[in-house]
Amino acid sequence: MANVLSIIVQRLLLGLLTLLVVSIVIFLAVNALPGDFAEAILGQGATPESIATIRRDLGLDQPMVVRYFDWLSKMLRGDLGVSFAQLNFRTNLGGAGDVGVAEQIAPRLANTMFLAATTAIIAVPIAVTLGVLAALYRNTIFDRAANVATLSSISSPEFFMAYLMTLFLAFIFPIFPSLSNISADLTFFERLEKTMLPAITLTLVVTAHMMRMTRAAIINLLASPYIEMARLKGMSPMRVIVKHALPNALAPIINVIALNLAYLITGVVVVEVVFVYPGIGNLFVDAVKNRDIPIVQACCLIFAAAYILLNLTADILSILSNPRLRHPK
Amino acid sequence: MSALMWIVLILIGIAAGGWLLRWAGQKATSNAPVFRDMPYGVAFGYVLGAAILVAGVFFYFKPTVNDAGTAVAGVVFFRWAVQGLLLSMLLAIGFKQFGKYVGTAGTRKLFRSMPLTASFGILIIIIYVIMAVFAPIIAPYGQEEVLASANVIPGGNPAMGGDPAYPLGTDQIGRDVLSRLIYGARNTVGIAFATTVLAFLLGATFGFLAATLGGWLDQFLSRAVDVLMAIPSLIFALLLMTIATVWAAEWGIPLTIFMVVIIAVIDSTRVYRLARAVGQNIVVMDYIEAAKLRGEGLGYLIFKEILPNATAPLLAEFGLRFCFVFLTIAALSFLGVGIQPPLADWGTMVKESASFISFAQFAPTAALPPLLAAGAIALLTVAVNFVVDWMLHKSSGLKE
Repeated sequence: MANVLSIIVQRLLLGLLTLLVVSIVIFLAVNALPGDFAEAILGQGATPESIATIRRDLGLDQPMVVRYFDWLSKMLRGDLGVSFAQLNFRTNLGGAGDVGVAEQIAPRLANTMFLAATTAIIAVPIAVTLGVLAALYRNTIFDRAANVATLSSISSPEFFMAYLMTLFLAFIFPIFPSLSNISADLTFFERLEKTMLPAITLTLVVTAHMMRMTRAAIINLLASPYIEMARLKGMSPMRVIVKHALPNALAPIINVIALNLAYLITGVVVVEVVFVYPGIGNLFVDAVKNRDIPIVQACCLIFAAAYILLNLTADILSILSNPRLRHPK
Repeated sequence: MSALMWIVLILIGIAAGGWLLRWAGQKATSNAPVFRDMPYGVAFGYVLGAAILVAGVFFYFKPTVNDAGTAVAGVVFFRWAVQGLLLSMLLAIGFKQFGKYVGTAGTRKLFRSMPLTASFGILIIIIYVIMAVFAPIIAPYGQEEVLASANVIPGGNPAMGGDPAYPLGTDQIGRDVLSRLIYGARNTVGIAFATTVLAFLLGATFGFLAATLGGWLDQFLSRAVDVLMAIPSLIFALLLMTIATVWAAEWGIPLTIFMVVIIAVIDSTRVYRLARAVGQNIVVMDYIEAAKLRGEGLGYLIFKEILPNATAPLLAEFGLRFCFVFLTIAALSFLGVGIQPPLADWGTMVKESASFISFAQFAPTAALPPLLAAGAIALLTVAVNFVVDWMLHKSSGLKE
């Protein structure tokens, strides 16, 4: 067990280091902008005095290293700064609307998590069941059809799937609403109903990948001697797969599930835009279009952190699912 | 509620049908092995498949116009989908037969063992290349040409707001949708192709260099790639595009060029990984040792010894990378920061015409422009994936 623990600690430290370097990359990328934020905030109608004010407010007169550590320590304390739209408003009109980026992001992050969780709850059982069935009935018509269908749904762009779903489930057969206008005062079921269409779209995209990996992982094992043995003693094919092959295929399956969850949190951007779902992806795209650097920076860091964390979890879980690593000789 | 009850009833019926099928089969064929050893799940699957088929045929032949004279959108779209599927199957079969009898002995042999999906993929890729190369000849109008009437409904039926001169209608400012779709093949596919080539030049060069030289260069490049890969690629691309919009305005360089470079750099990290892994396996071979002893230079080693032996995995990866780059560009364009107007581009077209989907119930053809543009993207990536899947399957020699 001590061995496993040391591996986990090692991975965690490595993940933290990666995150630190990623934050440097993001900071450098943003600071490579010509001109500086002050001009970007004020746009065309900037006067030298207001530029100087903002520059002093943001600490832009400091050297870059100082600014980086300043930014990083603020990030760690949860202070993600104030968005340019808010700053511009405050400087030009003198309002006191002090909504920080953190307050803007928090509810949207929760919404995105809700969408990702709903999708995962629908997608994971379907994907694993279908994968097992495809492995069981391999090279039959069912397997071929599943192969073609999953390959098509993996390779289509998300917005194609999204619009097809809207077309069929919102307009032709009006079952779900086509836009996800979610607000805080909805009951759980209303919320679920409005989340359903984006969740179904994402399910279609991730299920295909997970199912193919499950099938491949199981089929890889079918040539091993202990499966042969189980078959020879007269076990039914279903039992062979569920009792003998599936537990040994868990590591790659867990891995691919975690990777797809990472995709769910970071790759939902397009789906959120299609359904105007008030998640973090939608906020990010709006910020990118308005060049609202503080929001872009913060979102990027959150996405990267989630991505690294889930990859890390996949790593650790696949170690834990392997008895040979859990009980080293 | 009654709909739910119907579904449950039908499922019970199918479950009973599966049992009945097996029992009747055993009786009728006096316990032939097919039916004797058939698990219940398989029998259920057959009956379920048959039920879906019957329901599909029944739905297909429902009238497309209801008593009030308006179109029933569900049936219309279902017919289009079925017709499209049948047409593509026929095309794939036809193309495979064509390939079996025309061409050199090598290609004929290839076509004989090819699955239908792969021949369909190859056919689609050929059609797209022809569209891209001969776009100005095929397209009836120019891609930026603003015509007399805007918002013409597709279908060419004047009673429905169409115009025979524009079979797929026109967009909000009066550009011909068909022409823009055809030019889109040139712009979207062309830019994606150029980006993939650039990504491969970068990734393969550095990957082979790292594999051959090793040492600190390998360490440095590999760690840098690790960090870049820790950021989700679409998010990173969006971040860099934000910055690029400022630079593009400052220096007067088109944003599209920035996009090509950004996506190429981000994607070259994946190519680097593969090229390095493949290169490392080749570098330890005896013939590399022999070449080194002959005193060959680094360039000779990479281009004459490693590259020819790494072509097969790199080629399969090229197909997959192309799909990935193509989808990333489409997503960026769809989000409004990719290929810039007035160039015709499928992602942008989907975005501009997306709102027409809500008219699907009243006039099914009105919903076509966004679906056609998105479908054009999907069709190409599906086709490339079919071909790559077949190539991988063939080279791995997997049988079971």
